Amino acid sequence: MAPARPETTSTDAASPAPPAADARTPGRLLAGPDIARTVDRMAHQILERTTGRTAVLVGIPTRGVHLAHRLSGRLRTFSGQAFPVGELDITLYRDDLRRRPPRSLGQTTLPDGGVEDATVILVDDVLYSGRTVRAALDALRDHGRPAQVQLAVLVDRGHRRLPIRADYVGKNVPTALADDVVVRLAEVDGVDEVELVRAP
Amino acid sequence: MTEVPALLVTGARPYGEEPTDLLLAGGVIAATGPDAHRHPAADGARRLDATGLVALPGLVDLHTHLREPGREDAETVESGSRAAALGGYTAVFAMPNTDPVADTAGVVEQVYRLGRDAGLVDVQPIGAVTVGRRGERLAELGAMATSAARVRVFSDDGDCVADPLLMRRALEYVKAFDGVVAQHAEEPRLTVGAQLHEGEVSGRLGMTGWPAVAEEAIIARDCLLAAHVGSRLHVCHLSTAGSVGLVAAAKASGTRVTAEVTPHHLLLTDVRAEGYDPVFKVNPPLRTDADVDAVRAGLADGTIDVVATDHAPHAVQDKECEWDQARPGMLGLQTALSVVVATMVRTGLLDWRGVARVMSEAPARIGGLADHGRPLAEGEPATLVLVDPDAVWTVRGTELASRSTNTPFEGMELPGRVVHTVLRGWPTVVDGRIAAAAGVGV
Amino acid sequence: MTAGIRTPTATSTQPATDPASGTAADRVADPVGRPGEAAPTTVGTVDTPGTGTVGTAGTPGGPPPARHLLSAADLDLAGAVHVLDTAERLAQAIAGREVPKLPTLRGRTVVNLFFEDSTRTRISFELAAKRLSADVINFSAKGSSVSKGESLKDTALTLQAMGADAVVCRHPSSGAPHRLARWVDGHVVNAGDGTHEHPTQALLDAFTLRRHLAPGVTGRSGLEDRTVVVVGDVLHSRVARSNVLLLSTLGARVVLVAPPTLLPRGFEHWPVEVTYDLDAAVRRADAVMMLRVQRERMEGAFFPTPREYTRHFGLDERRRALLPEHGVVLHPGPMNRGVEITPQVADGNGSVIVEQVANGVLVRMAVLYLLLTGGLDGAR
Repeated sequence: MAPARPETTSTDAASPAPPAADARTPGRLLAGPDIARTVDRMAHQILERTTGRTAVLVGIPTRGVHLAHRLSGRLRTFSGQAFPVGELDITLYRDDLRRRPPRSLGQTTLPDGGVEDATVILVDDVLYSGRTVRAALDALRDHGRPAQVQLAVLVDRGHRRLPIRADYVGKNVPTALADDVVVRLAEVDGVDEVELVRAP
Repeated sequence: MTEVPALLVTGARPYGEEPTDLLLAGGVIAATGPDAHRHPAADGARRLDATGLVALPGLVDLHTHLREPGREDAETVESGSRAAALGGYTAVFAMPNTDPVADTAGVVEQVYRLGRDAGLVDVQPIGAVTVGRRGERLAELGAMATSAARVRVFSDDGDCVADPLLMRRALEYVKAFDGVVAQHAEEPRLTVGAQLHEGEVSGRLGMTGWPAVAEEAIIARDCLLAAHVGSRLHVCHLSTAGSVGLVAAAKASGTRVTAEVTPHHLLLTDVRAEGYDPVFKVNPPLRTDADVDAVRAGLADGTIDVVATDHAPHAVQDKECEWDQARPGMLGLQTALSVVVATMVRTGLLDWRGVARVMSEAPARIGGLADHGRPLAEGEPATLVLVDPDAVWTVRGTELASRSTNTPFEGMELPGRVVHTVLRGWPTVVDGRIAAAAGVGV
Repeated sequence: MTAGIRTPTATSTQPATDPASGTAADRVADPVGRPGEAAPTTVGTVDTPGTGTVGTAGTPGGPPPARHLLSAADLDLAGAVHVLDTAERLAQAIAGREVPKLPTLRGRTVVNLFFEDSTRTRISFELAAKRLSADVINFSAKGSSVSKGESLKDTALTLQAMGADAVVCRHPSSGAPHRLARWVDGHVVNAGDGTHEHPTQALLDAFTLRRHLAPGVTGRSGLEDRTVVVVGDVLHSRVARSNVLLLSTLGARVVLVAPPTLLPRGFEHWPVEVTYDLDAAVRRADAVMMLRVQRERMEGAFFPTPREYTRHFGLDERRRALLPEHGVVLHPGPMNRGVEITPQVADGNGSVIVEQVANGVLVRMAVLYLLLTGGLDGAR
């Protein structure tokens, strides 16, 4: 079981003002085909931005890794180029180890070439406070000095706590702080969907 | 000597039997029965309601460490006397492993006088068998015997008189004044570095074992020696099933051997060591269930004559440390009777007459105290204890009278509570509290 | 069952019923032998044996129970696997990196409290703590107040006042870390106590064995039904005690080979087989673990001469050849080359002795990480 991360939970940060309530439509936001189209679009955006050059896709466990593999597959289809995939567990870089229950460590495996001087695209399912991405940047730094680091997320739900933004966003979802955005991927959950669970 | 005020004890049950009244006057039991209050000495007597309480002759502890002189931070004769009186004792035998060692007439007389001054129990010193308890040559046993303390029991307790020739000589020598050697049975070579009973627990906890055979080998040898020279032998704190068998066999063949068991060996086993709390470190060590069963049976059938406390106070720093750095020993005076009630009376192994036998009569006889362990009858010394057999109390080391707190029974609920203790007519304990010094030294 | 701290089980030999029986026994409230159920009269007042070793440092009303690693028996199967898996993840996390250092325990203080010289164990823990960015204080008996007679308790209270988050304790007295755990709030790791236990050594041995006998396995033991032969001074070996406990927890079969004088009383209660025939044991072993023979045992009449010991219980090339192809040879170190193991075997095929040292850092990182982020009974 992957560590629960702030991006997929709603109870972890104190709140700035929520967005307008009418922007929040509970229930399924993306279904399977929507996710596939979204990933395709993100792959095209990546190709535009990395013109001619390859990049290393580094997924953040658990669902970020599967998204990275999906993106890599589409990128190869669209460009004919290999986009190597790695995974980077950020548990050891978390800034809340004292506060939260302990968690198992995830896998960390980087492609053979490593990240030195590479363009690295961090991939995660949900962008929320930004703390996970911050931890991932720290972890990445310990593995080498990439030429450039970008961020790709399937869902940006807002409420950033750090000056971090994504380079590629599958879908922006306005949420209240107490809401929960749940991403399910077939590899882990048996189904592809993104659901907004509104705070009771 | 101060005149002893008369005391009319009403409704007490001697040996747990039919209730009666006891008139204590002039230091003796002046009258018993429903008409005791009509006795002339009853005029103006203070009344002590003892309804429902069991009366026993005052308890006698054949094995106490009072630590004075030398370790007054752990216990003094005075504090130990208080603990003893509160535990129902009217006489205690003080072991000689003090600093200096009680191996001369001077030291035993000092301890004896300190006991008189405290005035709560008769403190009867035990003399060391060998000089400095070093096991090399005999101390001046005769001088101690003829001193004011009239020493009759000799022991190197804490250490074994391991040299067989020295032990033989000691056994022979004390015959001249009807003395007895009380042996701490521990073969020293078999117990080098020993920490707890050698068995499954010691193996698991990774501590050097104290094998049962180290006790049994000495007991077997000493029984043979005592038989050979026709002397009395007393075995201190017998702790193993094998030892019970050896003593039974020696008694059956006519050897003059007596034996004691401690309350802690009647109740606790070596698994207590699992938390490495040195409060459970004692010498001889806590043994196994089988040993507990055997010493209880041996006490019930008379193989073991005496329950003796081996009351061993230790200063906090000597127990709040690593197990192997800690000193062995446990408090016992205030918990002994309750542990005997729990393990022997409530289990049906002993009745109250039996309790009187093993905690008063036999130890007084072995130690040569003529005025203790006497029957509760007219004309006998007014030295007795009144026990509430149904009371239950919770042991708290900090609430005990001892200067130390190292009770292994901390937090346990124990049955049987000492209510009053009377020494030669003087109430030393009334309602579970120290009443007054008995004036024995006045 | 949740991982980690093992529920106290009936490890004691005392039967559940007190021989006193009847009402008296009930009133006497004997907690021993029934460590699972705290006797109501003794709760919070007695260092209840059998439950006292694990996570019971707190007093009633005090801080919540701390978690410690005092014995290999503190780990159940899931907990032991969790530690081994965490060590593997940590190995991955720092593999091939320029800076093999993680920020995880930044701001935490780990005290190495060593009352006994053991440079290798201390360095291993120190490296483990530093790789996790903890501050490390080395507190050794030499040159400290300890050698001036300060008691263990005072030392503990001093460390407590300094705010030690974890205390790694090596001590010549069996059970000293158990005592320490009652006096400090920080997590206590037993780094070897007397002749009792050395649980992180057992973890690193298991980790090493798993990498060789079940490469790539995570999420389960991997040592199920493997046979590990432990040879030598079992009586005085904390390594042996911890290994017997941990390996049996992990489902391995443990065979002890030792002269009868160097086997503890009561080993028949241990989850092991015992034989005096090393050749036969080696033939069916997946691993052979050689224990160090202490010099003082050679002089303590436990066996006639070192030469005779070596002949019967030493591992030389002839015996090494009896080991199956995949078999490995371990030694906790430091070795007595020529006594319990020949240099040819120590440095030869199948010897994983050098790996053990490297793996020691990884499992100690795992232990410190888990303890300091919530406990060995941590996340699933």
